[in-house]
Amino acid sequence: VALTLTLREPPTVPLETEGLSPDGLAARSRGEVEALTVWHGNGRAQVGDFFAVSGDGGDELRVEGDLRRVKFLGAGMSAGRLVVAGDAGMHTGADMSGGELVVEGDVGDFAATGMRGGRLVVRGSAGHELGGAQPGEHAGMRGGEIVVHGDAGDRLGAGLRRGLIAVAGRVGEAAGLRMLAGTIVSLGALGPHPGAAMRRGTIVAMSQVTLLPTFSYACSYQPPFLRLYLRHLRALGLPLTDEQIAGRYARWSGDALELRRGEVLILES
Amino acid sequence: MRLQDTEVVDTFAEAFPMWGARIVTTAESPAWAQKAARSLTGFATSVIGCKCEAGIERDLDLSETPDGRPGVSALLFANDREGLAKRLVERIGQSVLTCPTTACFNGLDAPETVDVGGQLRFFGDGYQASKVLDGRRYWRVPVMEGEFLVEERFAVAEGVAGGNIIILGRDVAGALRAAEAAAAAMRAVRDVILPFPGGIARSGSKVGSRYSGLIASTNESLCPTLRAQVPHTDVPEDVGSVLEIVIDGLTLEAVREAMARGLEAAAGAGATHVTAGNYGGNLGPHHIELRGLVPDLRDD
Repeated sequence: VALTLTLREPPTVPLETEGLSPDGLAARSRGEVEALTVWHGNGRAQVGDFFAVSGDGGDELRVEGDLRRVKFLGAGMSAGRLVVAGDAGMHTGADMSGGELVVEGDVGDFAATGMRGGRLVVRGSAGHELGGAQPGEHAGMRGGEIVVHGDAGDRLGAGLRRGLIAVAGRVGEAAGLRMLAGTIVSLGALGPHPGAAMRRGTIVAMSQVTLLPTFSYACSYQPPFLRLYLRHLRALGLPLTDEQIAGRYARWSGDALELRRGEVLILES
Repeated sequence: MRLQDTEVVDTFAEAFPMWGARIVTTAESPAWAQKAARSLTGFATSVIGCKCEAGIERDLDLSETPDGRPGVSALLFANDREGLAKRLVERIGQSVLTCPTTACFNGLDAPETVDVGGQLRFFGDGYQASKVLDGRRYWRVPVMEGEFLVEERFAVAEGVAGGNIIILGRDVAGALRAAEAAAAAMRAVRDVILPFPGGIARSGSKVGSRYSGLIASTNESLCPTLRAQVPHTDVPEDVGSVLEIVIDGLTLEAVREAMARGLEAAAGAGATHVTAGNYGGNLGPHHIELRGLVPDLRDD
């Protein structure tokens, strides 16, 4: 049985749980896990004050309960598998560099900011700034994959430097804001002004998009690399059709206020 | 030794190490994937004159290619790792990059890799872009037709070159019929290629020549026309034509398997004799004995 942390009751103020990751707990006894420090508001507390700990240490960790006010779940994880059975709070998976983090419900704002590797899977929806920059930093996600089966908020992938973010549902405003490279794929409606101030990188939209006037139409074609990406995402469970994988895409280059080396690819109906 | 009505000489093929790579070429149609692969593997019969040996391994199903398009798998071998890297860049650059609708991927899983797409990207003259997916980097090179996609690094591994069988017949038609049957049977084996035209060479060579500077020359002991002229001949009295099939493979086991299938097929198609080429055991570390290749082989 995987090591399981069950939240007894929702905290009254946010609970910060940096270090609660499969690789962080793998070699620890149950007592050691219970004694780990968490921050309840501005007060120091222990894991055992909030969570019932069961199961064995291993490379899989399961966290259960109403976790909407629990922040930094899986932050900094580098290996193993973390399953959040329900919703997760802000900063989930922040700065993760490896392993797989699966959130079976929704995830709060700033999830996977500063991500460098591994994979975050959100079965529900994600908040704002998904895969963006850590507060105070310029560059966002630097590697890894984020797959969202629901919707995502504004400024998804802000400052994205490398990696893949894919969203099955709607995406908010200014996806890929200031992005430096990397790939964003939106299967649902994509909010206005994607790629604002982008330098390089790719934003893929499957529906019409309101672009900034600093993007210019190049041509309609079948991007060879996109087949690899979309087939990869279909293998990860996103509902991609053969028509999308083999489809023709309008290529818009921008942002002309920057290098004009980024692209927004829009599926032609 | 005999296999059906064919006399099999109790000898061995002498093979030696070469570095190999697998190139997967995809395109919008099987025909264009074939055109690219044929060009990629053209003029690559022997390292003696072509700097490398290459051939088409097999057609790939849509489910077997990275981009889900029709594809062809080819193998390319060269004497060393550095030479192989150069040949990959040259050939993919001239034959695949130039071919409409193609993309090119590494098809080998091995720890050592060489830079290919990372060199070809410069054709993009600064407009190229890269993508990293699942730990692999790909280069997107803009071309007039659209975009050429090539994987940055190709795996290379030490393989085995120079596996061979030599097929003897009463005349050209008989020898060719047996050799064609053998080549067809060998092509079903994975991890090998037959680098000569149609898989068959009519000009097996010996090392060296009476002319200085020529590193290989005709193998007079297996030339039927010289049977009465040379001090030693390996051509039996009733033989009028001799053909050779050379096999390069990623593993010794694959080369041995191809030789076994070729031997069986050649015997079934009426070869009078089958033998193998070697250099007395002094050149290559791999000695593939014909004895034991096929269970039905029996002593006279």
